[in-house]
Amino acid sequence: MAASSRAQVLDLYRAMLRESKHFSAYNYRTYAVRRIRDAFRENKNVKDPVEIQTLVNKAKRDLEIIRRQTQKDDLSHY
Amino acid sequence: MLLRTAWRRAAAAVRAAPGPRSEAPARGLRLRVVDNAPQSAVPSDTATAPEVESVLRPLYMDVQATTPLDPRVLDAMLPYLVNYYGNPHSRTHAYGWESEAAMERARQQVASLIGADPREIIFTSGATESNNIAVKELEAAIQPDTSLVSVMTVNNEIGVKQPIAEIGQICSSRRVYFHTDAAQAVGKIPLDVNDMKIDLMSISGHKIYGPKGVGAIYIRRRPRVRVEALQSGGGQERGMRSGTVPTPLVVGLGAACEVAQQEMEYDHKWISKLAERLTKKIMNSLPDVVMNGDPEHHYPGCINLSFAYVEGESLLMALKDVALSSGSACTSASLEPSYVLRAIGTDEDLAHSSIRFGIGRFTTEEEVDYTVEKCIHHVKRLREMSPLWEMVQDGIDLKSIKWTQH
Repeated sequence: MAASSRAQVLDLYRAMLRESKHFSAYNYRTYAVRRIRDAFRENKNVKDPVEIQTLVNKAKRDLEIIRRQTQKDDLSHY
Repeated sequence: MLLRTAWRRAAAAVRAAPGPRSEAPARGLRLRVVDNAPQSAVPSDTATAPEVESVLRPLYMDVQATTPLDPRVLDAMLPYLVNYYGNPHSRTHAYGWESEAAMERARQQVASLIGADPREIIFTSGATESNNIAVKELEAAIQPDTSLVSVMTVNNEIGVKQPIAEIGQICSSRRVYFHTDAAQAVGKIPLDVNDMKIDLMSISGHKIYGPKGVGAIYIRRRPRVRVEALQSGGGQERGMRSGTVPTPLVVGLGAACEVAQQEMEYDHKWISKLAERLTKKIMNSLPDVVMNGDPEHHYPGCINLSFAYVEGESLLMALKDVALSSGSACTSASLEPSYVLRAIGTDEDLAHSSIRFGIGRFTTEEEVDYTVEKCIHHVKRLREMSPLWEMVQDGIDLKSIKWTQH
């Protein structure tokens, strides 16, 4: 698989921020947005393609977690 | 009694709902209405089931009492609460095997956070149970030269960090067992049971963004530390703690430990930044504020401040939009001032004036600013009402007053 391009990383970044805004709990929402911004910023100068792919894979897994956890918020209001 | 009102409310709702056309859908409709009702019986001031954010709740600044679940932890737990519900001790089918695999994975995650071997981690119901096991160990191995030193790693009231590595070194050289209650420290400051020569360690799930009702005890294998089981039964957890291991809870604990290991540095930076913001703003705006606890050996997320001439409980009640505490949750029912503050030599009147601010992973800058603003406002207001404050302003030394009884 070809290493992730800049465009793909940016797409992932935007998708994660977009999904994070769906957390209905204020503290989860603010943390997710902040953490995602800081994590992408911190790793923006990584050059090694293997490392980039590892980071991208982890981000994809985290995106799935956010999707699953925000889906619940839409279904039920406690 | 709440449940009865819920059922009555549900029955009324069903009667009010539009009549169904046939038998089967009606049953489904009734069940659905009935299922939702008990949830809306959560004690609250609103009569209808609240939309999540339409009912304002206080800001949460009491992380030493307990922490919210990290979404990553809940995500890890859910499968084991829904589909993968096997007993991890069932040896004969996939439900048991997958549950056991999850339990062992969680054990590895906990061990990895503290530099231990997974065989040295026993799951318990929390740090309190772990503490009891550790201290009971003393009774199990009574010999003239055996004793146990037990120290908290990070204090839950004033946030002071104990010199664990030094204490471990001393205990090891004197052949004395060393236990530490690391509930407030695990996942927040780096801990290594081998570097610090710790023999026993208590871990709590709900202090590190994991679930309540689970914890662990670390028991050193080399050299072997013998403990006596508090709870006997089927011999689970190497005979040291019988009882079915609650897979969803331990998976949550493991996930919380793994997340903590990854996020420790980032969280520490964030919490330190917010802690400094809070203390600086308060101390620059108010005179006669004392921070309790050694400022150098201090975990930033736990800030205990005494506001002279203001009663702590009245300040807490004034700050009703912020969830705070004036001491540890375990002793909050009594009106006695904190034993911790008394132990560090705080004056009685200052001990009654203390508030503990808890800053955690999910705390925001806005929450800190709001808390600071309200705190400054109410301290000033309460001081204005205080005759003691008035006397101090007039230059009277309160210690010189001879109070008389009426």
